[in-house]
Amino acid sequence: MSAHSITEPSVRQKWFAGALVAAYALITLLPLLWIIATGFKSSSDAIAYPPKILFEPTLEGYVNLFTAQTRQSPEYLAQNPPATWYEAIVHDKGMVIAGPSRYGERFMNSVIIGFGATFLSVVLGTLAAYAFSRYRIPLKDDLLFFILSTRMMPPIAVAIPIFLMFRNLGLSDTHAGMILLYTAVNLSLAVWLLKGFIDEIPREYEEAALIDGYTRFQAFMKVVLPQAATGIAATAIFCLIFSWNEYAFAVLLTSGTAQTAPPFIPTIIGVGGQDWPAVAAGATIFLVPVMVFTILLRKHLLRGITFGAVRK
Amino acid sequence: MAEITIRNLRKEFGSFTAVQGSTFTIADGEFFMLLGPSGCGKTTTLRMIAGLELPTSGEIWIDGEEVGRKPASQRDIAFVFQMFALYPHMNVRRNISYPLVSEGMPRARVREKVDEVARILGLEHLLDRPVSGLSGGDRQRVALGRAIVRNPKCFLMDEPLGALDAEFRERMAEELRALHDRMGATTVYVTHDQLEAMQMGDKIVVMNHGVVEQFGTPQDIYDKPATLFVAEFIGSPPMNFLRFGGHVAHGATSVMLQHHTLAIPAARETFHGDLVYGVRPEHVRFIDDGPYRGEIVATEYLGTTQIVTLETANGALKARIPADRLARVGETVGLDFNGATVSLFDARTGRAIRSDLNEGILSHG
Repeated sequence: MSAHSITEPSVRQKWFAGALVAAYALITLLPLLWIIATGFKSSSDAIAYPPKILFEPTLEGYVNLFTAQTRQSPEYLAQNPPATWYEAIVHDKGMVIAGPSRYGERFMNSVIIGFGATFLSVVLGTLAAYAFSRYRIPLKDDLLFFILSTRMMPPIAVAIPIFLMFRNLGLSDTHAGMILLYTAVNLSLAVWLLKGFIDEIPREYEEAALIDGYTRFQAFMKVVLPQAATGIAATAIFCLIFSWNEYAFAVLLTSGTAQTAPPFIPTIIGVGGQDWPAVAAGATIFLVPVMVFTILLRKHLLRGITFGAVRK
Repeated sequence: MAEITIRNLRKEFGSFTAVQGSTFTIADGEFFMLLGPSGCGKTTTLRMIAGLELPTSGEIWIDGEEVGRKPASQRDIAFVFQMFALYPHMNVRRNISYPLVSEGMPRARVREKVDEVARILGLEHLLDRPVSGLSGGDRQRVALGRAIVRNPKCFLMDEPLGALDAEFRERMAEELRALHDRMGATTVYVTHDQLEAMQMGDKIVVMNHGVVEQFGTPQDIYDKPATLFVAEFIGSPPMNFLRFGGHVAHGATSVMLQHHTLAIPAARETFHGDLVYGVRPEHVRFIDDGPYRGEIVATEYLGTTQIVTLETANGALKARIPADRLARVGETVGLDFNGATVSLFDARTGRAIRSDLNEGILSHG
């Protein structure tokens, strides 16, 4: 370490670095803040020009997002005064709530498919990476390259064969199909990332466990997995971000039962005019799980990125 | 505790042969050293005994049972790794208790045994500490604790002192030997440090390029090397080699070097060709009027003795002589060799010529 130590940065350098980070943060966070803000605007505020920085917040967008509404005659509305705050919001527009929207369902689909694919990718990836790391496998390098090569073209390039395959196998618009697909796409990344992490774990730990009377599987579970936790967490985040955000295959292969949130959110626009606040509300809520997941694992993620870079 | 027998043990990694046909026996309760330079196959041999590598061919017998194909977990052995390999996510107590937990030993009994081992090794105050904060010596003690807690049939140690600082090494070497004497357990110890091997071992196997060069007690290996390699690898400074071409007859007690007669132990075979006259530095004496002479080119003062480097007609030579003998660079002195301690080698094959000195030692095969 000491050989690579550098002098303490000067005050000016610190300011410069701080300003650079702040500028970068502003550029990346501004669209995000805009979306979150739009979710709390009224429909007219959302499309006002010049854009309104200060506005009166409303939950109209969120109510529209989660409910299906129908227009009613003024007489009907007068006879049925709103019972709750959200009914009141709808009422003011001359509408009534007819039932829940599809958003909740689609969101749950995203959760099932996103986390399912992440789980499967990490489990399979860890096992494969362990085997690649520890065993003498014939043609190991070729196999690893082959696995990596599945990432070399954009996944959507194989959209048509996959579409036909899914149709023939009855996997179109099913949770299992989407989980399989996202797992297949994620797996190459997972294997490569995890192999790197497992390579860094000294074999002696497992060998010690083998000699201490454990089987190889027990040694793997009790000694390797805890050591690889950091790498597994980092890999899980990458896999989840991909499967959560994936749009193209979701549009192509899902339309109903298994439709995820990304292809659903744009369809909100069509319901009752261009309802930007509802779209923004949908996007905001959609951000939450992946953000929470990342924040929970962020300690691991940071350690994961620098893992192996520094050796004692 | 157990006797370990290795028969024609061989290990190939692809086209590379790491160990070629080793055969030796480690007696019950022996402290046994596997010695050799790096890459000589000593660690591979140890790992095969442990079950961490499968032999390509050959047999490994532990306590009367052939275990060559058995997994490590079924051999009832303990292994101490050079880098300790303590489980980093567990504290000291859990590390030591791990082998007992795998046997399904009741918790109270595990606690008792771990406490006992901690007392033997002086680790009581560290039991609840994470292993990451421990010093090298303490880590080594924890690794030893994990090994002895189970009363295995034998201990296998792969350069266990290699990762320690010099000051700790000495102390741990003594502790290890004391621990071995107390437990009487068969121990196989891999090292590349010849001093460590001589210091601690009851028996030594010297390996080079996957071949067992010699097998015997430290004294035999030092005094009666079976090959040029052993003679050079053991001892600091190593044995002196004076190269010459000549003839040695069965029963001869001297050889001719540069027209000078030098004494040797009575030869037990006849040999003609390129020879090496091997003599340890401490068996070289300075005499004023000796006919075989050398010029002093350097001296190293070591306290009670000094190492004097000389240039002779047959090459460089080092002598270990008392520190009070005046030795000036540039001086030419007569040399006398203690003939009874001399080994002759076939210069081409490196094999020692059979003599009264080494008779019976070289028949290991």
